[in-house]
Parts: sequence; structure tokens; C-alpha cells
Amino acid sequence: MLEVRGLTMRFGGLKAVDSLSFAAQRGEITAVIGPNGAGKTTVFNCITGFYRPTEGSIVLTHPDGTTFPLQRMPGHRIASAAKVARTFQNIRLFAGMTVLENLLVAQHNRLMAATGFGVLAVLGLSRYPKAERVAIDLARHWLDAIGLIARADDPAGALPYGAQRRLEIARAMCIEPELLCLDEPAAGLNPRESEELNQLLLKIRGEGCSLLLIEHDMGVVMKISDHIVVLDHGKKISDGTPQEVRADPAVIAAYLGEGEEDEEVEAEA
Amino acid sequence: MKAALRDAFLSAAVALGLFGPMVGLVTTPTDHGLTLDPRPIATAVVVALVFFGRLLVVSRRARSRQEVVGRNRALAEALTRAGRFVAPALLVVAIALPFTGSRYYVDLATLVLTYVMLGWGLNIVVGLAGLLDLGYVAFYAVGAYSYALLAQTFDLGFWTCLPLAGILAALWGVILGFPVLRLRGDYLAIVTLAFGEIIRVVITNWVSLTGGPNGIVGIPRPTLFGLSFSMDGGPGTVAGFFGIEPATIQRVIFLYYVILALALLTNWVSLRLRRQPLGRAWEALREDEVACRSLGINVTNTKLTAFATGALFGGFAGAFFATRQAFISPESFTFIESATVLAIVVLGGLGSQLGVALAAVVMIGGLELLRGLLSWLADQMGSDLFAGIAGELPLYRMLIFGLALVVMMVLRPRGLVSGRTPSVALGARKEIAAELVAQGRG
Amino acid sequence: MAYALQQLINGVTLGMIYGLIAVGYTMVYGIIGMINFAHGDIFMVGAFLSLIALLGLSILGITSVPLALALTLVFAAGLAALYGWTVERVAYRPLRGSFRLAPLISAIGMSITLQNFVQVSQGARVKPIEAVIPGGIQVMHQDGFAVQLSWMQIAIVVTTLIVLGIFTWLVTRTPLGRSMRACEQDLKMASLLGIDTDKTISLTFVIGAALAAVAGLMFLLYYGVIDFYIGFIAGVKAFTAAVLGGIGSLPGAVLGGLLIGLIEVFWSAYFSVEYKDVAAFSILAIALIFLPTGILGRAEVEKV
Repeated sequence: MLEVRGLTMRFGGLKAVDSLSFAAQRGEITAVIGPNGAGKTTVFNCITGFYRPTEGSIVLTHPDGTTFPLQRMPGHRIASAAKVARTFQNIRLFAGMTVLENLLVAQHNRLMAATGFGVLAVLGLSRYPKAERVAIDLARHWLDAIGLIARADDPAGALPYGAQRRLEIARAMCIEPELLCLDEPAAGLNPRESEELNQLLLKIRGEGCSLLLIEHDMGVVMKISDHIVVLDHGKKISDGTPQEVRADPAVIAAYLGEGEEDEEVEAEA
Repeated sequence: MKAALRDAFLSAAVALGLFGPMVGLVTTPTDHGLTLDPRPIATAVVVALVFFGRLLVVSRRARSRQEVVGRNRALAEALTRAGRFVAPALLVVAIALPFTGSRYYVDLATLVLTYVMLGWGLNIVVGLAGLLDLGYVAFYAVGAYSYALLAQTFDLGFWTCLPLAGILAALWGVILGFPVLRLRGDYLAIVTLAFGEIIRVVITNWVSLTGGPNGIVGIPRPTLFGLSFSMDGGPGTVAGFFGIEPATIQRVIFLYYVILALALLTNWVSLRLRRQPLGRAWEALREDEVACRSLGINVTNTKLTAFATGALFGGFAGAFFATRQAFISPESFTFIESATVLAIVVLGGLGSQLGVALAAVVMIGGLELLRGLLSWLADQMGSDLFAGIAGELPLYRMLIFGLALVVMMVLRPRGLVSGRTPSVALGARKEIAAELVAQGRG
Repeated sequence: MAYALQQLINGVTLGMIYGLIAVGYTMVYGIIGMINFAHGDIFMVGAFLSLIALLGLSILGITSVPLALALTLVFAAGLAALYGWTVERVAYRPLRGSFRLAPLISAIGMSITLQNFVQVSQGARVKPIEAVIPGGIQVMHQDGFAVQLSWMQIAIVVTTLIVLGIFTWLVTRTPLGRSMRACEQDLKMASLLGIDTDKTISLTFVIGAALAAVAGLMFLLYYGVIDFYIGFIAGVKAFTAAVLGGIGSLPGAVLGGLLIGLIEVFWSAYFSVEYKDVAAFSILAIALIFLPTGILGRAEVEKV
């Protein structure tokens, strides 16, 4: 469903991503892994429209066959039209708004359409109250899924770290995405929270949403991914099932043999 | 105590350096150029004030910080609770005020309400959406000039022109906002300031349209269902229709209720919008713009709606200003006006409707009342001192405003009334502590 | 041709003044990322301090013009530096760690305070003085138009270049300069490495204010008339200069100052004097929208 072809991103003279191609299948969890500075987050930012790639194409196909060229779409359209949601490495919640409000903001476009451009709803003449009830039901569904229903009216900034991570995922799910992109969702979680996260991600996959995740924690990746793409220095060095990737000598070299490679570079220089 | 004294002496020394020349040596014009006029007593007073002020601050600081923080929080909570009773009480006072029949109070309250309305309008932009707009006066000016020009050129009445003036101001908001709303917060502030100044300079110099520095005179007054407030008492006037003696106070009271209604409209629309997706998106934008973009919210358009809505109410207020004064000139639309309205919004607490109203009452009405009180005292006691202070007070007003902005940012950056009420809840609404609420990434 | 040359001379003189103020904006922005809105008013205070010093020295009977100017320069720069230090200490330092718009709002408050303080203490009327260095030389004469280069203009350009020279030496060759550059790169890291960041920031304000006071003296000498309001317009123009040159870049500030000075003078000469401020404000808006990194600035990549 997601087809990345020849993706290249340059920052000045630095090539953060170098003609990367990979595909993610519908209904699967695809993981992008690699050592620090391999260009994972840059790939993410290209897919979700925060960076404009220097070259290459990123095409998303919906179940009905519509295609979206993500590399040329404005950032907010990628979420609203192409239905690609994302979370952030450093959590970005609306800290001063309640948990419920966070989830309603995520449904902004649908709710906004029901208000008659805001004017009718101010006068009390629209289908807005009904739309809001539907939106609250969806929010309730995801609050149940992440176990935060009791804290719906608390400010998001007051939640513990692990709950904030889950809330950010729930908020992304409230845009009813086709593809959910998670940037290091397990970072900073303890083993129990990490396990809960795995269950949540599997549940999301079960509801028909495909996932793309960046992860450092190999445990999480190997356990739940259907398909893994390995990056190093902006290039793809391996691509396959967890078993295939685990056995790939190039991957082992990249993770364990960093030193050797650096020496090579120095020798060449 | 010794450390406190030393600190106070140092501060006094710095104050002597700062104020010695600026306060102590006044450049005074004479027949042959400027000369210096020494003013030792004023300097001594200022330096002594700094000395004792600093002594007080330092010795108070000795008390535990925790205690102070705790007291601040208790105060904030008390204020928020009191807010529930203060708002209706204020409304009752506002409605009943004209029955005092005092022209002075009604005029003053009209002025205060104009600033309340401007404050509420700007609060949408700064308080809710977190966009620092330093050129709000531009929309006030557009509204005022739109009304004056439409009324005089096409002979239209106030009630026809009022919406037009608002729409024109909103349109300007969109035109100006579109290119600049992509900018980072502090750049946005400076660009809006620039736009405010550009509009003023254009108004000053486009003499053929705006009358230039002389302004526009004879702007028509509003009517009550087609009845005018003219003094002849004929059949087409309010006095004639109701069969009462014509008096200026009738028009003054009518204008007062017009601005009260306009201000309440502003308040009502902001409160309604806050409960809806648009208002919620504004607040989300203030909290985290990047997250908004990732959720599919069109950030530029959403900012634009906030900008335009703020401008709309600025335009309404401008039209009202023009009809009340019957005369407008560029002098009424300087940066000082923008700064005054911003000060009211900041002092009141960004995003708090009640806070803004209170701040306007205190900052505009309070100082005016103080002046009135001082000159009354001066009359009663025949004291030159009070008369002198009363006469100089308007000069000091902006000085106090400026200092108040700084002091508020240092002591209570969240304003007088802080905290935020959630727009929607599953259970009971709980107040959100101000510490968690973002105030715009800036 | 002669007319244009005259405008060029005037533009460069004015540009030097703007450049001196712009350096203060760009330094502060570089280090703590805030627009020191009150900087224009420090410039105005500097101009008033210069006026007071010049009058005081003439009352004291010091008639040697170079000596009087040198003493005035030291007096105004020193006391303006004290103003800069106080403003930072009172209005900005307590706000570190507050929300991002807080320092800007505080700075606007400071600007209003300084303006009205001077209005209250020194009066609202304009303050004219006689020319301190009269006369000049005629550079060329063409088609009945004489191109004048006044001694004053030469003095302004030379003084500015000397002051900027000292300043450049300070920033590039001294430990203080190294601390300043370190803070500019990464404030938190610099403080972890043992640099007294509070002191460095204070010194940045002190130096910026002293430069602004020099600009204030130049303005007073060049135009011969000041009032409490000059800081606002000059401040916005100098800020425009800093943005145009690339905010954070010191050579950029001077370059931007020259550009703004030239644009303003040529605009007034060939289009309309009334709209000269509109020109400056429009350039500010256009520069921020289309060239936010300026001519010599670095591009910033948005981190998410």
C-alpha cells in the first residue's frame, strides 16, 4: 500500500537518505530500523510531509484504489486526505487540554464539516451536536483501548509518561488512518508498558490499519513486525521478515561492526 | 539584614546612574538654545524609592519560596471561584449603570467597554490562538474609516455600515494574514506591528480619501429604529416620538447600550466558538502547531480564521468609535492603542474573558477614577499638590502600562485570572492549572 | 549623477547609524533568541544622554570640540550600558524558562516604559541643538548641483568604523567573545562547560546598549534634533536591517543597516518622503516572508 521509490533527502551537502526504495503491505506492521543517524526519522518526516524529499516518490494506495503522491502533498493533506497519522519521538500532546479534547482535536476536519464553517454552529443551527456525540464515542473507544477512560477529563500534561505515549497513539488513531507511523513508540517505557504497547499495536493492526514504525528496541521489533527494513547511513542494507533480517550478515555488521566500517572510511580518506 | 542593606545600596547606586542625568538634569529650551535645569529633589525621591523598594523586596524574599508559591496558587483558585459570581455581578452593574444618570460615568463606562470589546477581540487572536498581534489597531482603524467613508460617500446609516465595516476589517485581516501567518511567533509580532504602522502612515498621507492628518469630521450618529437623536425634538427623533424633552444624555446612554451589546456579542461568539472544533483547533494551535499539522489541521487557514475573527470585532469597535466621536483622525490609531489593548489582554490573563474585562475596568476606568478623585480632593481642600498629580496622571498612564506589562510577566505571567476550563467533558469539568497551559510557541 | 552621489553619501551615513543599532538586535537574538524590543529605546536614551552631556560640558566651559565629543561618547555609552544591563536584569532574566512570548511582551513593556519615562522626565517637546561640527567639503559640482560631504558625515562614518573595529576585535579575539560565540551556539552546553552564561548575556546587553548609545550620539549630531519617540521608528528600521542582513550575523547587521539607509534615502529622494517609513516597514515584511534567513544568515531546519 505504501511504495517508496528512490527517496533521497539532502541537507546542504549531507545526504541523510540516499535513493531508498521499499514497500509496506496492507495490514502489516513494517519496521524501519538502523543505528543512530541512519536516517530513519528523516524517512518518516518525508512520508508524513514535514520534509520535502529532494528526489524520489512516495505513493500511498487506499483500498478503493485511489493513489496519493505523498511527496508533493501539503503536510496537513497527508493526514486529512491520504489518512496517514503519526506520532513523535518527543511526545507532542496538547498538554493544557484534557485527554478528551486531545482526541476531539484529532477529529477536527470531520467535526468542522458539521459546523457549517463555524458560522451556523455559533448560531446553533447545525448538525454539530450529533457529530460531536459521534466523535466522543470514537474517543471513548480509543480511551478504552488504552485504558485511560477514567482520566478523560484530566489535562494531558498531567499524565504519566507511558500514558502520554499511549494517548498520542490513540490521538493519531482518531483521524481513522489507513497508515499509522510511529516514531520510537517504546522509547523510555518500562518492560510492562512496552508489553502493553505491543498489545495495543497488534490490536490496531487487527482493526485493519497498517503500521510503519521506527524502533531502536530490537525486542519490540522482532516480536511484532511482519516486515523489517534496515537502514544504515541513509541506505537500505536489508529488507525482509524478522528471521531473514536477523540472519543477514550486512545487518550484523552494521549493528556490531560499526568500528570496522569507520576504520575503512578513515583508511580511504 | 546586612546583605539586604548592601543590596539596596547597590541598587540605589545603579538608580543614581540611571536617573541622575535623565531625571536630575532637564533639558529646557531658552531664548538661545537648550540649557540644563537641575532637579535634585526629584532625583533624590526616585533613588530613595528604589532603595526602600529594593530593601522591601529583598527582605520579603527571605521568606520561604514555597510559601509564596502556595499563596499565589490559593489566590488564583480563589479568583477563579469568585469569577462565577463576579461575572454576573459585573453584568448587572453594567446594565444598571445609566440609571445613575451621570453623564461622566456613562461616558467613562462607554470608553471602558470599548476597550473591553477590543480586549475580547484581541483575546481570540492572542489568548486562544496564541498569535501575538501587535498591529490590532490597524483593524480598529479600518473599521472606523470604513464606516466614516461609507456613511459619508453613500449616505448609509450606522446599522447598515456596522456589518460592512466589520467584514472589511476581517477582509484586511485575511489579506494581511495570508502571507505572514506562516512566520514564527516573534516575527509575526513584528510584521503585524509593521502593518499597523503602514496603515496609519497611508491614512495620514492619502489626503484625498481620508482627509489626512485633519481626519474626517461630521460622521453621522446612529439611529434607534430609524429615529435620530437630534436636538430639535421633531417627529423623526427619539425625543419627538416618545414625547420627551430632547437631551444629549439620551444619545450618550443609547451609545452606551450599543457598545454594551457589541461587547457582549463579542463575548458570546468567543465563548461559543471555544466550545466548537474551530475554537478547540485554535487552542490546539497555541499548544503545539506541529502536532496540529500531523492531525490534518490546515494550520494556515485556522490561524487565518482566528486573525479574521479578531479583526471582525476590531472593525465593529472601530465603527462604534467613529460614530461615537463623530470625528476620526490618524492620531487615534497609533501603536500605543495596540499596546494598550495588548496590555489589557496580558494583564487579564491570556484566554480569560473575565480577566480581560477586569483588566480593562482597572486600567482604563481605575486610572480615570483616580484622576477624578484627585481633582475632587484638590477642589475640596484647595490643595495644589493633588491638582498637580491629577493633571500629570494621563502622562504617567502609559508609563504605568509599560511597567505593569513587565511586572506581570515577571510575577504572574499567566495574568490575573489564570487557568483554563475544558471545552468538553465526559464527567464534570475540572479547571486546568495554568502551569500546564501553553501560551503559544511564540 | 551628482544628485545620486549626494544620496549615496547621505545613505551611507544613515546606514552606519542603523548598522550600529542593528548589531545590538542581532547579538541578543543570536544568544537568547529574543527580539529585544526595547533596544530602539535604549538608542533614544543614548541620544538624550549625549544631549545632556554636551550641554553639561558646555556649561562647564569645555570648548574643545574633539574633547567634548570624546567625553560625551564615553558618558553616553557608559550610562546607556547601565540601562542595557538594568533592562536585562529586571525585565528579561527572571523570564528565562517562561513561555516563549513572555520575554517579547516584557520587552514591549520595557519599550513603552522607557519611552514614557523620557517623555515624563525630559518633556515631550523636540530638543534641537546647534551643529557641533559645521561645514564640509564640496566633492563635485555638476549641472548646478553641488555634492556636499560634511565633516559631520566623515566623523560619523569614521567613528562607526572605529567602534565596529573594536567590537569585532572584542568578539573574535577575546575570551569574552569566545564565551559569547559559545553561548550563541548552544546556551545549555556552554553553561555545562563552565561558562557563566548569565554574565555573558548581561555583557551582550551592555555592549549592544553602548553601541546603540554611540548611534544615538551620531543621530543627535547628524540631525541636530531628537525627541522621545525617535527610538521606535529607528528601532524598527534597525531590526529590519538585522533581519535583512541575516539575524544572528554581525557583518550582516552592518550590511543590512547600509542597505536600509540607502533604500530610505533613495526612496525619499526619488519617490516620496511621506512614504519613506512605509518603504522600510514593507521591506521588513517582505524580507521576513520571502527571505527569513537574510543575506548572510544560516538556514534553520525545523526539528520535529
